[in-house]
Amino acid sequence: MALLQIAEPGQSPLPHETRHAIGIDLGTTNSLVASVRQGMSHVMNDAEGRALVPSVVRYMEDGKVLVGYDALKSIAKDPKNTIASVKRLMGRSITDIAHRENLPLDLVDNPGMVSVKTRQGVKTPVEVSAEILRVLNERAQQTLKQDIVGAVITVPAYFDDAQRQATKDAARLAGLNVLRLLNEPTAAAVAYGLDNSAEGVYAVYDLGGGTFDISILRLTRGVFEVLATGGDSALGGDDFDRRIYCWVLEQAQLKSPPTIEDTALLLLRSREAKEYLSTHPEAPITARLASGEVLDVTIDMATFAEISQTLVSKTLQPVKKTLRDAGLRPEDIQGVVMVGGATRIPLIQRAVGEFFKQEPLNNLDPDKVVALGAAIQANLLAGNRAPGEDWLLLDVIPLSLGLETMGGLVEKVIPRNSTLPVARAQEFTTYRDGQTAMMVHVVQGERELVDDCRSLARFELRGIPPMVAGAARIRVTFQVDADGLLSVTAREQTTGVEAHVEVKPSYGLSDDQITGMLKASVDHAKDDAQTRALKETQVDAQRLIEAVRSALLEDRHLLNEKEFQLIESDIVKLQTASLSGNRRQITIAMDDLDADCKEFAGRRMNQAVNRALAGKSIDSVEEAIQDLHQTVNAPVKEKK
Amino acid sequence: MSDSKATPGIAITADLLGADFFTLLGLPKRFELDIASLDERFRQLQREVHPDRFAAADDAARRASMMLATQINAAYQTLRSPLKRATYLLEQAGIDIGAESNTAMSPDFLMSQMMWREQVADARGEKHLAELERLQSEIAHDIRDAYSDLATLLDKENRTHDAVEGVRRLMFLEKLREEIEDAVFALEDL
Repeated sequence: MALLQIAEPGQSPLPHETRHAIGIDLGTTNSLVASVRQGMSHVMNDAEGRALVPSVVRYMEDGKVLVGYDALKSIAKDPKNTIASVKRLMGRSITDIAHRENLPLDLVDNPGMVSVKTRQGVKTPVEVSAEILRVLNERAQQTLKQDIVGAVITVPAYFDDAQRQATKDAARLAGLNVLRLLNEPTAAAVAYGLDNSAEGVYAVYDLGGGTFDISILRLTRGVFEVLATGGDSALGGDDFDRRIYCWVLEQAQLKSPPTIEDTALLLLRSREAKEYLSTHPEAPITARLASGEVLDVTIDMATFAEISQTLVSKTLQPVKKTLRDAGLRPEDIQGVVMVGGATRIPLIQRAVGEFFKQEPLNNLDPDKVVALGAAIQANLLAGNRAPGEDWLLLDVIPLSLGLETMGGLVEKVIPRNSTLPVARAQEFTTYRDGQTAMMVHVVQGERELVDDCRSLARFELRGIPPMVAGAARIRVTFQVDADGLLSVTAREQTTGVEAHVEVKPSYGLSDDQITGMLKASVDHAKDDAQTRALKETQVDAQRLIEAVRSALLEDRHLLNEKEFQLIESDIVKLQTASLSGNRRQITIAMDDLDADCKEFAGRRMNQAVNRALAGKSIDSVEEAIQDLHQTVNAPVKEKK
Repeated sequence: MSDSKATPGIAITADLLGADFFTLLGLPKRFELDIASLDERFRQLQREVHPDRFAAADDAARRASMMLATQINAAYQTLRSPLKRATYLLEQAGIDIGAESNTAMSPDFLMSQMMWREQVADARGEKHLAELERLQSEIAHDIRDAYSDLATLLDKENRTHDAVEGVRRLMFLEKLREEIEDAVFALEDL
């Protein structure tokens, strides 16, 4: 890899020194590469003048790999070795994949990230994506006839840390130097805003093949400030194809069930029909199936509108939520930029127009606008800042970052929509007396329970000096850089013991389970509150048990056998109640244990006071009493 | 653009990193501030120090740029919210808001809070959007008044003790406003 030359910031190199950087839109359905030449952003075409590279990779018998149109041609013939929409698999585990039963692929449930079994072996989504990136890189090198210093690669704004890491790794695997991961709607806004010298607040509605993003940006004298972003990482143009596909099957009433090849073929025909319907009142769908049966149906616009209505409204939910996050109403929006091939669907144009009460902006090709913006940003980052081209992007983090606390609850450390780069520190404490290590589990998402968020990394802070529960002060710092990638540091404040982790290729651990976390967090807000209350009670119960156990260990001699047995049986009852998950029962059992420990606590207090008075100052008596409060009573009532 | 020429390459020093948020953003250290100039200063500074300006620089410069950009973001977020700004001002004056431990509020205030909450709960239960919107504008009004009182206490009379009380009341009010907004949003969505 060529070393980057170091230039003074803001200094524009001489024209003949232009360092070429490229912008890549690595899409679910199609990918593109663009660069800035003679001050203008251009998409690069292949020898046949085509800009798009279908994001399809076919693994051949002779060990060759086909990418793009050549691979797309055979998708119905060789579906198991021809991978389309690989972006949907990036950084995901098998349970995350929506409609996996409709996928003609052999998915392998690898820990961390799902993989695909092909005739050339098991391929990770990172490897498959790298094949597409390699083709784009070659095209750029042939077009520019020069070394390329780096690339800006776009990702859906709504991609989480694992999906971003996977994308960055794919680029590295393809031999690209990644200058920046850029959010797709932001890239579109750059292309649009610089092209139109726009000012004011804009919405970018980006419906790609497999993901939906909505971003609200404020453009002020060359600063593109993302105010809020939202979306659904498992909703896109593909879903409209699938609706048509299901409708076709219903209409056709086939004599034998469709084979894998039939499914691939019909999905392709469905997509063609969808595209045809954008400019025609009806679309014929014909196909000869494996059984020899010939399928011949026609779908009209009204039918298409009817079967896809719910998908359209599904995009408007995140739009409303994101507007609210930005503290704005639809009428505050100056213009709505449409991005992604799926926004050509008239039904979507209409729905978006109605929602914002204005005609959406379509003057840049929705398929190309993201790549064009990425190239502009790449050119800037490579140091080719033209005089007067003084602009800046301020992007945000799409999903909240947090830590697991006792009972599987999430403590949010960085809220979503914080402007990047961002750092936040929060203090945590120990749960058990003498605890010398603490597990730091980093998660991303909006829900309150760890199990409902994406797990990003786990690491352990060791060497905490043994202290009473709650006495250690552990400061955990999150830093998110301009790419939206995270690093975490934990430090015990009194001793300075430190642990650090770059949240690198973890792709989430095997317990990852989530799609559309934000959406789900709204749907489940009520469940969460109840579950949270239960979890908290369970944690309190465990704390009480720990505290009593540790008191018993020290001072059992203060109890007679009967008293001791009573407390022991209270503990067992509390444990049983805690497992039952009935919050009321837990509370009752806690009260019982608490009551039966009163006498014990009193005796311990006396003992401590007597000990302390034997030649000690009043201060240390008070200290001793406080210690007792902490070990006997406090854990139950301690701050959450 | 000409304004970036006017502030030639701000020196990234430890001083600036350690500066208080007002100094960092070049604004007078007081509660009342001009949001437009805050926004403008923020954008101007980020234009100078953002990591994108240092994409091709060496490691040390890139790290410094990230730290400073992070700090400017934190300063901007704090100063842009009046509640955070007031809390920060008091903290800077060495006063701990003690929002969690010290809960002694005037009984009148607590009583009015309870009544507010009941009204909101009722309106939410009855899915009474107009009533929620009425409560929303009422609380917005109360909050505006409370901030203007706070400005007097902090900027003119320097009555920090009373200002703490004001900040803690506003924490209640802002929380309530958020709850009402949630309820309105949920209803509008139906």
